[in-house]
Amino acid sequence: MRIIELKETVTASNDRDAQVLREELQGKGTLLVNLMASPGAGKTTLLERTIRDMKDRFHIAVMEADVDSDVDAVRIEKLGAKAVQAHTGGMCHMDAGMTRRALEELGEEAFDLVVLENVGNLICPAEFDTGAGKKVMLLSVPEGDDKPLKYPLMFTVSDVLILTKTDVAPYFDFDFEACKRRARGLNPNIEIFEVSAKTGAGFDAWEEWLARAILENKGN
Amino acid sequence: MHEMGIILHLAKSLEETAKEQQIEKILRVTLQVGEVSGIMTDYFTDCWNYFRKRHPVLETAELELETIPAVTFCSACERNYPTVQYGRECPYCHSGETWLIRGNECIIKEIEVE
Repeated sequence: MRIIELKETVTASNDRDAQVLREELQGKGTLLVNLMASPGAGKTTLLERTIRDMKDRFHIAVMEADVDSDVDAVRIEKLGAKAVQAHTGGMCHMDAGMTRRALEELGEEAFDLVVLENVGNLICPAEFDTGAGKKVMLLSVPEGDDKPLKYPLMFTVSDVLILTKTDVAPYFDFDFEACKRRARGLNPNIEIFEVSAKTGAGFDAWEEWLARAILENKGN
Repeated sequence: MHEMGIILHLAKSLEETAKEQQIEKILRVTLQVGEVSGIMTDYFTDCWNYFRKRHPVLETAELELETIPAVTFCSACERNYPTVQYGRECPYCHSGETWLIRGNECIIKEIEVE
């Protein structure tokens, strides 16, 4: 009998797979965005508007990750963007291996932007690196400005926070400044946008950021 | 909440190690689990016992969990304090400018093999 010291994090094998995938995608000039939020925060609705506004400029695909069903993929395909549905088999998040398999489903086409719409959940997806170049999270006004306090890891790992459903702000006691202060307390570099998919408010700034990220990923 | 997902990755890491080092049977796996890692240890052990039966190299592996106490650092008074007892607010100077420095990890410390 012998003892072998390992001293590595449990998700080390996933972290390695994710890094390999990230480098492969960057080599192809494809930006993979890991889009995360709780169920109903408006992930698919944000994507619908973003795709409509940007599809003439960039070749975009979406990978919808859900425990079950394909309702989101159907919504995206209606806009003329390529979409695949990945089922996580009951799992609460996507990992690098599942992301690679979903990318293979998209085929050989060269995409400028692939969005992974992760499982609706503010906890687990934050813990697993999918190989994405950028992590974007949404928080909708009805969810409340205290969420950075309750789900700190998600706010810590994200590059971008998009506050959605700003059109309903008059009906909720959502304190935008408090929310931003809490998010920046966890992650001083986080970029924050405020949008309403209903009115289109705020989409210009978000789409400008996204376009810049796509071009930077290509080395431009 | 995501215990099964973590077990899948743990099993994959262990199988890779076993292959590299030509290990046929793992008898014990020792994990260090942070106090605020969000892992529910009872459920985690249940998941492990369910899962290991499907993997010949892991079948005999007992899971041993060691707890890593969570520690928070206060950037206002530059002192450390136990996270679970006091939470986000520094018990010395009551500042909210505090950061978790240890306690949310899950590390494979060592394995015992035949």
